[in-house]
Amino acid sequence: MPVVLETVGLEKHFGGIAAVAGVSLKIEKGARHALIGPNGAGKTTVINLLTGVLRPSAGRILLEGQDITALEACKRVQRGLARTFQINQLFLDLTPLETIGLAIAERLGAGAHWWRLIGTNPQVVEEIVEILARFHLTDVMYERTGNLPYGKQRLLEIALAIACRPHVLLLDEPAAGVPEDERHEILATVAALPGDVTVLLIEHDMDIVFSFADRISVLVNGALFVDGAPEEVARDPRVKAVYLGESLDA
Amino acid sequence: MLTILFDGIAYGMLLFVLACGLSVTLGLMNFVNLAHGSFAMAGGYITLVLVNRAGLPFFAGLPIAFVATALIGALFERTLYVHVYSRSHLDQVLFTIGLVFMSVAAVDYVMGSQQVFIQIPSVLQGRFEIFGVGVGRYRLLIIVICGLLTVALQLILSSTRFGSRLRASVDDPRVARGLGINVNAVFSLTFAVGSGLAGLGGALGAEILGLDPTFPLKYMVYFLIVVTVGGTSSITGPFAASLLIGIADVAGKYYVPKFGAFVIYTIMIIVLILRPQGLFARAAGK
Amino acid sequence: MASALVAEVARRLARRARWRPFEYAFWLAALASVFLLPGRHLILTEIAWLALFALSLDLILGYAGIISLGHAAFFGLGSYVAALLAKHGRGSDLTRLMVTLGVALIMREIANQIPDITGGADGLQGVVVAPILGVFHFDIFGHVSYAYCLIVLFVLFLLARRVVYSPFGLSLRAVKGNALRASSIGISVNARLVAIYTFAAFYAGVAGALLAQTTAFASLDVFSFERSADLLLVLIIGGTGYLYGGLIGAVIFKLMQDWIANLTPQYWQFWIGLVLVLIVLVGRDRVGLWTGGVRALAERLTRRLAPGAAPVPVPPGEGH
Repeated sequence: MPVVLETVGLEKHFGGIAAVAGVSLKIEKGARHALIGPNGAGKTTVINLLTGVLRPSAGRILLEGQDITALEACKRVQRGLARTFQINQLFLDLTPLETIGLAIAERLGAGAHWWRLIGTNPQVVEEIVEILARFHLTDVMYERTGNLPYGKQRLLEIALAIACRPHVLLLDEPAAGVPEDERHEILATVAALPGDVTVLLIEHDMDIVFSFADRISVLVNGALFVDGAPEEVARDPRVKAVYLGESLDA
Repeated sequence: MLTILFDGIAYGMLLFVLACGLSVTLGLMNFVNLAHGSFAMAGGYITLVLVNRAGLPFFAGLPIAFVATALIGALFERTLYVHVYSRSHLDQVLFTIGLVFMSVAAVDYVMGSQQVFIQIPSVLQGRFEIFGVGVGRYRLLIIVICGLLTVALQLILSSTRFGSRLRASVDDPRVARGLGINVNAVFSLTFAVGSGLAGLGGALGAEILGLDPTFPLKYMVYFLIVVTVGGTSSITGPFAASLLIGIADVAGKYYVPKFGAFVIYTIMIIVLILRPQGLFARAAGK
Repeated sequence: MASALVAEVARRLARRARWRPFEYAFWLAALASVFLLPGRHLILTEIAWLALFALSLDLILGYAGIISLGHAAFFGLGSYVAALLAKHGRGSDLTRLMVTLGVALIMREIANQIPDITGGADGLQGVVVAPILGVFHFDIFGHVSYAYCLIVLFVLFLLARRVVYSPFGLSLRAVKGNALRASSIGISVNARLVAIYTFAAFYAGVAGALLAQTTAFASLDVFSFERSADLLLVLIIGGTGYLYGGLIGAVIFKLMQDWIANLTPQYWQFWIGLVLVLIVLVGRDRVGLWTGGVRALAERLTRRLAPGAAPVPVPPGEGH
């Protein structure tokens, strides 16, 4: 399988502290790759570096073979790299309908059209309706996002990334904060993502990780600790030590 | 040439005393206080009344201006400003502009709209020459007083308990709270002292800057320039920025009078374009 | 795929941009004022250009969330600087505030330094204005200038309305709501901000030209900080982000200013300041609710007067 996303010696320092220290990661096309590690290991920093929210102190990022290290965040999205956020980052004053429409218009290069009215392109409307239905948002599509229950907002968070039609999707703890009885709805939509979309998942919940991932990388103190198939990682005594140590500390 | 440098330094020192309170409130609470100049004006007019009307000696007027303005600052902080800390920057801007307007009109009503001067003792008038450099006595006094204040502030910040609490609070208010520092109390005290210093600066500066009801509007821009150019992470930043602005403004007005205040606005915009966080901000991590 | 649903959604989307009864009522009232209030045309003219200025500010404050203190000055330079700033990394609110203010001050200095053209601090008097289309001469009662300003305001309002309901307008609201997420779905945040800044600059420029034409007088006062602050107040009274805020705010502000100036000619600034302070202490949201309530009432009234009109969805981006 070809590698779609790769980092080479990625580093990020905050002041004197290295949050990410020389991470070289390869993610294969169509993979369900999980990035795990104890709190403060630098997982979210890696995502922020990959998406261009932060600039790396050193190292390179390659998307489908091309160097995107210096590319602005919005340009990376146009190249097919989308993400969700651990804490919802939504447009609270817009409706889900507008939110999804926005992403689709942007992808089609119509986002800066200032004369055409919204909703006049039937293809866009069709796609909006399709995505909203897929993420169980049809019944709330006219409501203000800020007024939606948390579970629905979480679904919209993922739907919005999907509306960008990414080749590579970065999911930052998709089920974080969602009550137990609503989790399955979110996990089901994650599991149903099209096979050609490559997914990098950050997750704390080991049940989710082992039921979803076909490859796991463990990040500890900003460095890659173990990288392999789920069974290997599960057996690795060092991983057990890290997690056991953490739970003893807690 | 050296005279201009001297005048510029005096001017810059004055700006620093006027603006350092604003810099700390901005850094500490991320609060945009456009009404800072109103406190400076209050100090100026208080001294004016004490010295010109009540016949108090000039040097007695200055400390009273400091204390009185600090008290006014504390009063406003506790009664009005506390309600606006958690609001958006737009609200803060509107609120403090409102205060500026009110103070301008109120002072106009009470004191009249004409420009006024505080009577300074004759010892301080005139100039003398050292090694061919013309030194204004009054400006020398400003440099001495402001220089002492700066050193005192630096000492307080670097080696007292309050100073370290203040620095911790500016660094990261949330962490400071976690360490058991009462950030609100630190802030109130700082706000009062900052206002007091502005009042003192207003009293000292009346001779050079002129004093009339539009003072807060006229000099607000200068204070803001000092703060944005200097950054808010320390007091050395605003200090250096004050000197830079002071010297540039005096030199600009002397050498290219046609361009007036043009010089410092241009400096500000260039600095902000190159270093949006300020000239002396710590390495941009955020 | 449920094509009925697709059609329904398309219909709902198309209806967003439809004119609401309240809007018809507003512009009919404006039109009526041309004929019914001939004695008030001078102040109405001032209201009209103030409204245009406020509309311009609303475009950047209400739709893109940028605080500007340099608004009265021309944005042309401002947009250039904003572009430079954008290229060199993000600035904070305060940075932007200072840049807009700095640009305004520089423009004022320039105008002050070329008295041959601008008249310096005294302003330019006796600007000779050609009759509109060579036919309509400006008269001292302001009849022609009011009609002229109103037409310009209406045309530019229509344009702004169109832009606001376009994908571009929607993306601005997204940028204002959450710039981080906006860039994470591929929106080039800085390019959009520069675009709307330039667009709003054009409006401010037209408003300034209107002012000069109708009063035959131009002065440095338009560059002043107080003018920009007044403008903010206009917008806050009317509410931001629904286009009518600037227009309604201009009406209320001018009438209020006129009234206060009659009571205390010298110290009206004090009361303006007091209004600002009170608005913030009470909370802009609640003030917005108040104007929103008035609007809802107006809509209900007009709907009763015009039976059969479509039910009115709440306009997007209410309040602040």
